Amino acid sequence: MDSGWLLFAEIAVPITAALIIMAIPSVYKQQVRWVATAAAFTMFALSIIIFAVYNYEDGGLQFDLRLAWLENVAFLGKDGITLHLAVDGISVPMVLLTGIVIFAGSLVSWSIEYRNKDFFILLLLLVTGVFGVFQSQDLFFFFFFYELAVLPMYLLIGVWGASSDFGTYVRTKEYGAMKLTMYLVGGSALVFIGIFATFVEAGQGTFDLPVLGQVAYDETFQKTFYPFFMIGFGVLAGLWPFHTWSPDGHVAAPTAVSMLHAGVLMKLGAFGILRVGMSLFPEGAEFWAPALLVLGTTGALYGAISAMGQRDLKYVIGYSSVSHMGYVLMGLATLNPIGVNGAVLQMFAHGVMTALFFAMVGAVYDQAHTREIWTFGGLAQRMPRFVAFFAIAGLSSLGLPGLAGFIAEFNIFAGLFKTYPLFGALGILAAAITAVYILRLLSAAFFGPLNEKWAHLKEMRPLEQVAGAVLIVFIAFMGIWPDPFVDRIAQSVLSLPGIG
Amino acid sequence: MDWSLLAPEYILAGWAAMVISLDLFWGRLRKDQLAYVAAAGALVSTLVSLIWVNDSLSFGDLLQVDNYTTFFRVFFGLVAFFTCLASAQYVKDRLLHPGEYYALILLTAIGGTYMAAAKELLTAYISLELLSFSLYVLTSYAKFDLKSNEAGLKYMLLGAFSSAIFLYGMSLVYGVTGTTSFAGIATALSGDTSGIGFALFLGIVLMIAGLGFKVAAVPFHMWTPDAYEGAPLPITAFISAISKSAGFALFIKLFGQALLPMADDWRWIIAGLSAATMALGNLVAIQQHNIKRLLAYSSIGQVGFMLMGIAALTPHGPSDPASALLLHLAGYVITNLAAFVCVIVYYNQTGKEEIADFGGLAERAPFLALCLTISLFSLAGMPLFAGFATKFILFQAAAEQDLLWLSGIAVFMSFISLYYYLVIIKQMYLVEPAEKTRLPVPWLEYGVIAVLIVGVFVVGLYPQPLFDGVESATNAVFQTTQAATSAGVGP
Repeated sequence: MDSGWLLFAEIAVPITAALIIMAIPSVYKQQVRWVATAAAFTMFALSIIIFAVYNYEDGGLQFDLRLAWLENVAFLGKDGITLHLAVDGISVPMVLLTGIVIFAGSLVSWSIEYRNKDFFILLLLLVTGVFGVFQSQDLFFFFFFYELAVLPMYLLIGVWGASSDFGTYVRTKEYGAMKLTMYLVGGSALVFIGIFATFVEAGQGTFDLPVLGQVAYDETFQKTFYPFFMIGFGVLAGLWPFHTWSPDGHVAAPTAVSMLHAGVLMKLGAFGILRVGMSLFPEGAEFWAPALLVLGTTGALYGAISAMGQRDLKYVIGYSSVSHMGYVLMGLATLNPIGVNGAVLQMFAHGVMTALFFAMVGAVYDQAHTREIWTFGGLAQRMPRFVAFFAIAGLSSLGLPGLAGFIAEFNIFAGLFKTYPLFGALGILAAAITAVYILRLLSAAFFGPLNEKWAHLKEMRPLEQVAGAVLIVFIAFMGIWPDPFVDRIAQSVLSLPGIG
Repeated sequence: MDWSLLAPEYILAGWAAMVISLDLFWGRLRKDQLAYVAAAGALVSTLVSLIWVNDSLSFGDLLQVDNYTTFFRVFFGLVAFFTCLASAQYVKDRLLHPGEYYALILLTAIGGTYMAAAKELLTAYISLELLSFSLYVLTSYAKFDLKSNEAGLKYMLLGAFSSAIFLYGMSLVYGVTGTTSFAGIATALSGDTSGIGFALFLGIVLMIAGLGFKVAAVPFHMWTPDAYEGAPLPITAFISAISKSAGFALFIKLFGQALLPMADDWRWIIAGLSAATMALGNLVAIQQHNIKRLLAYSSIGQVGFMLMGIAALTPHGPSDPASALLLHLAGYVITNLAAFVCVIVYYNQTGKEEIADFGGLAERAPFLALCLTISLFSLAGMPLFAGFATKFILFQAAAEQDLLWLSGIAVFMSFISLYYYLVIIKQMYLVEPAEKTRLPVPWLEYGVIAVLIVGVFVVGLYPQPLFDGVESATNAVFQTTQAATSAGVGP
């Protein structure tokens, strides 16, 4: 099918844009911004097309495209390694999410002045990797793009990030960048080993995921190697206790990178568990599900409780990401259709919502140069739109019906109650804690009497408002009319082995 | 005997003689041109060697001119070419006697080529010595620099010692099999089903030790950091490229051809060395603060990865581990040369080589910083660059031969290596420069770096041509092996 080139274009556009930007002399900052935003908009449009054109009644893999990369290598089989792109109902929402977040992210990055050329090149590389992972059906390229998504992070955080001063000590951006990179690459080392083991065990001479998915792996083998994927990808998904890179890294990162990272990259982890771990090793997944459930629940509760104790606005969001990714892992661990469905929905819902959060935090930080919650007060009087946007993200985060978060959490909890009622209750407890810290934050920082110190603050920039509006449209869209998402996801979730 | 088979090496040797004599007649200023003269010689020899693509001809029973030899002729020719170009400025500024310097580089390439072409032990040994002696002299070439003298002395003493060990191992193998020819040894060993005797085993162990020294495998790596640090910078780059590749060229011939029938007896030794080498190299590299020493330890770590390719060879198994090894070797050498040329350019202008001195390089020389970053990411095995593809294929080849545990260690060591590469990248991008002056990159070095970096991308994104070349090279070795062993088993 020729439409496979849509997926190829989704990867080619950011790379091409990066090359174009590379050719622009660095003094033309405005032109760099335009090229980057045009590319981001193209990706956004493509992702909407892919989402809309995907035929959920047929389900399965669509937009299939194969480009031979390395052929006739004896031990890799005659097909060698192929760039095999295709999407199913689970990848499609993720591609859309990436399109949305990169578009919003490119808009809020207009304010970057320092070496903005290099910034956009790295950002575009990052997003190439993300699209690649969601669309690859070949383990080699899956891993290639996965590492590609991690590669630019160090410089993005290290050069354009910000250090956090806690008074008694400083969390430097270098620390955050190094910690994040080492955790993620460490996690991917496990994945690497898992891929080798799978390839050898399958003995098919191919890295093609659909082919590898047909193989019935030995049960002991599945049980041994599933954890490599579960923990390896889990690190990126913020799996407790390997989540500590996430708040530090997200806080240190510049706004657009936090948005992409918390919004999309953490989803790569959960997506990897689903696409590689669970679909190749159903018995392994079943065996380890209780462990994943316990760790996920711990993460959800731990993240929520930690978020309550934070004074830095960005750390609150950082820990809330850990908490929300905990829900995703809980949903995956239920291994029943409704729970896994909810997990995928939550990946989308959390992605859009947390991107909005980080965009808003960036907007206020640019003006106030602080993120201390308790020094704010009554910002609503100066920045009404900002506060409205932030509140929408917050309400979606605590699961208010009518917004995206509700649909997702509802499904996850329904799935949990079906198999593990106790954990369902714990999940709801985490959601309740979320409500506490979000509402408390809103009232302390944004409502109430205006703190005169902040009288000079102005409404956020128009571009930030556009970015926020785009994100809000999708939060509301999914909250009010979730069918397009549910249709696509449910079909593919049901076709996964071992779900039911 | 068809003497014309050796034409590329005649050219190299003749060119070396010419460079030395030009040095005698040319005035001081014109001597700076010797680098280009020598580089042209390397290039001509490389081009001439392409005549024998897809041929398989034997020079007596000493040398074989086949795709394997051609691969290494091209490989070493290009390494010498780039080394000469990268040396030009350095030699002009800091060294005396440019004529001999460039001549020795060309001679080293001959030694390396014949290590790959050798069909029997003594030729291999003599070639090894030609390579080693040239490198000893080059290492101590900075005559008035104590460190360079120390490095040369250490390298030579330990090198002579290891050559003796290698020779002793050879004599034992000869004693057991009664022949020095690789094919003959293979035939003798595969005909003998009584298992490995002590003399043969000792011979193999000693040969591993001797070659292990040349490629800097743990525990025979002690010379590497000192030699790397003391040698003139371009020579450090040259050693890291040619000493290793020539060592592995012979390793593949010796262990993939002559000793392959006994693979089950030596595989585990190599696997153990490989694990130790990659662990020590990468862990010790973390502690380094001098960029030459860091690259030395990182190259030791890379040798650990490459040894996996030898350890994964099995008597009747596929030759792919060897192909994967050559692929990684090629990718590594291109990347490593690119990294070194960046360091050389920086050193030429500042005379500094501590990692801390690279602070703020991104402000002062963005091109250098970018290219060095690309090379380091490639060495760490990140995607888009050579290192990712070649490591993936090499680790995969080892995993395929029941060495998943070794691949696992390799993956983790590769992960650790990212840390110390990031430390350099951090210096370049995140630290404020001590001086703000721009560092201009001369056009020649600019071109050399650009070509090498393009190579890094080509290997990383489109390795098919290189893979085809590598595969036809290893096939040349392994078809001979299969012919020899089946002849041995048959009657």
